[in-house]
Amino acid sequence: MRHTIAVLVENEFGVLSRVVGLFSGRGFNIDSLTVAPTNDESLSRITVVTRGDEQIIEQITKQLNKLIDVIKVIDFEPENAIEREMALIKVSAEDDHRAEVLRVADIFRAKVIDVTPKSYTLEATGAPSKVDALLELLRPLGLKEVVRTGPVVIGRGAKGWRG
Amino acid sequence: MKMNGARILLECLKLEGVDTVFGYPGGTVINLYDELFSFKEIRHILPRHEQAGVHAADGFARATGKVGVAIATSGPGATNTITGIATAYMDSIPMVIITGQVPTALIGNDAFQEADIIGITRPCTKHNFLVKDVKDLATIVKKAFYIARTGRPGPVLIDLPKDVQIAQTEFKYPDTVEIRGYKPTVEGHPKQIEKAVSMMLHAKKPVIYVGGGVVLGDAGAELTELAERFGFPVTTTLMGLGSFPENNPLSLGLLGMHGTYYANMAISNCDLLIAVAARFDDRVTGKIATFAPHAKIIHIDVDPTSIKKNVRVDLPIVGDVREVLGKMLKVSEEQGDDVKQVKEAVGPWIAEIDGWKAKHPVTYQPSSTIIKPQYVIQRLRALSEPDAIVATDVGQHQMWTAQFFGFTKPRTLLSSGGLGTMGYGLPAAMGAQAGFPDRQVIVVVGDGGFQMNMQELATLVQNRLNVKIVILNNNFLGMVRQWQELFFDKRYSSTCMELPIDFVKLAEAFGATGLRADKTDQVDEVIKQGFATAGPVLMEFKVAREEKVLPMVPAGASLTEMVLAS
Ligand SMILES: Cc1ncc(C[n+]2csc(CCOP(=O)(O)OP(=O)(O)O)c2C)c(N)n1
Ligand SMILES: [Mg+2]
Repeated sequence: MRHTIAVLVENEFGVLSRVVGLFSGRGFNIDSLTVAPTNDESLSRITVVTRGDEQIIEQITKQLNKLIDVIKVIDFEPENAIEREMALIKVSAEDDHRAEVLRVADIFRAKVIDVTPKSYTLEATGAPSKVDALLELLRPLGLKEVVRTGPVVIGRGAKGWRG
Repeated sequence: MKMNGARILLECLKLEGVDTVFGYPGGTVINLYDELFSFKEIRHILPRHEQAGVHAADGFARATGKVGVAIATSGPGATNTITGIATAYMDSIPMVIITGQVPTALIGNDAFQEADIIGITRPCTKHNFLVKDVKDLATIVKKAFYIARTGRPGPVLIDLPKDVQIAQTEFKYPDTVEIRGYKPTVEGHPKQIEKAVSMMLHAKKPVIYVGGGVVLGDAGAELTELAERFGFPVTTTLMGLGSFPENNPLSLGLLGMHGTYYANMAISNCDLLIAVAARFDDRVTGKIATFAPHAKIIHIDVDPTSIKKNVRVDLPIVGDVREVLGKMLKVSEEQGDDVKQVKEAVGPWIAEIDGWKAKHPVTYQPSSTIIKPQYVIQRLRALSEPDAIVATDVGQHQMWTAQFFGFTKPRTLLSSGGLGTMGYGLPAAMGAQAGFPDRQVIVVVGDGGFQMNMQELATLVQNRLNVKIVILNNNFLGMVRQWQELFFDKRYSSTCMELPIDFVKLAEAFGATGLRADKTDQVDEVIKQGFATAGPVLMEFKVAREEKVLPMVPAGASLTEMVLAS
């Protein structure tokens, strides 16, 4: 099962390597990982997408909690969370493909952020599945480069996690 | 008062109650050593290798229950500590390791004797700190000790650059520390504790399985009272030995790979397993799928990650083991009649276990000529003081000590269980002796492992640490040889030591006493003389070379698939 886990950590040097080292040392998967400071500047927030059965996910959250620099771990339930990621996509666009790229981009509300006679560069945001779908449609037209941020996640509703 | 970083560190150690440290000087700790020179409140012991220094601090910590402290210089000094740190980490031993580091301005420049010890020790410490500013030093030391000894204990490393040792600041030691990401659960959940007691009251075939956490958490008395109140049998891991007296009729001794027949049978047939501060190591469980197949499992541990890591658990209780056991005693007190009933109800189960005990006791084939290693261990028990501390190295002799010594008191066995570190025993004994100058400290060691840290004979003699060294010399890397005998068709690849060493002369070269026994009838005499001789003594016993540690559950097999002593 795929899980998106948010980890609030002390904004100190070396913390990211503790988290990453935990995953590699114990053989846990990392599908994606993002990290950035929060509105509380003493804290950073890591979002990690991982997979495993229930027992492995339980170990991952417990092991993360055990790290001294980790303040909070939230394993988001998909139905109670909103996930978004951004992708920058360079796609070849020559001759009759040029219009098709724009049409697909439009459907997905992707923005054109760079244009050359041979290519478009698109900026797309959305749930990871939406980005996947966009890439699927662009692939036959000639993907030159894809950069994804990996998802960040926030809970639904009025309640906010500090930081 | 303004002080330099080196002095601040020493003042902090003093305020933490540290009176003994094990350390080795070098360029990046020379300022610290200069302060130490006139700092009389702390005894500094110089080992002959940093690995041994850390093992000594570890042995000191295991024996005394205090936080062990070791010091090393940067680069090679720091990297030499790794095996010691990893050993302590695997067995959850509270320690603070202080390493020198190159000046902050040079960090990352591949400076002379620079090693990224923070990076290297990240996976084998509970936590580590690089001190970048002398103003943070006191707080970091306070945090380090707090983290090392609370929750599930463990080693914490402080990396202290040379310029931070020299820099001056006002010294003030904080009274308390607040670490927002670190709040160990102490009290067990009351509902869970009640449930546990109720499960115990309904058990017909219960077993209590005890790990090293009971020793580390000083919960031996509570455990013993609980077991006796319910009349439940108790088996311990290697790390748990001593927490429940082995001469108690409810004791099943060791379980697992070299556990007793009856402990492993009890585990395999029980209907309730109460795991107390144990972590279901693979050497204990054998094949997981067939471990305690009929049992409901209660697991008490201070570390939530230990729970459900390897086995399913029906009732987890996270909390300090002494606290939780204390509450279980209280809850069960209110149910006196039911407790009496369950004590009666488990009668047939105890009888079944007694049957297994009678059928396959822990035994070996004695010999009146060639020295049997098990016999040496039995004679050591008989001739040593009742509160003697016994350190072991790793190998067959370690298992024989665990099987035949009969530990009755907590903190009397010091052994590397989790990492299984050869070379641990002698320096660990040294540390214990430093902690208890007046107690008898014995180390049982193999001829192989002894050679991994035998330079410490010098430290013993120099510091009048009167450890009694018992070498069970089979001139083999015996434990590996045993595996080769059983599973590799007796192809003894690189396990015969070939070169016979004169250990008696070796001891004498260091200024210690050396004694030797070649025959069974010399064993008592050598032990008696060794114990009676002042100063460190090395006793070499030339033992049966191809003796096996039995019973044995082959790696990955079920606990019921034991190879037994005939
Ligand atoms: C540092 C280290 N290296 C290798 C091993 C693997 N090993 C485990 S037991 C053993 C043999 C130990 O021989 P010895 O010290 O003579 O003890 P014996 O088994 O003969 O009693 C070896 C090599 C280990 N545990 N630790
Ligand atoms: Mg040997």
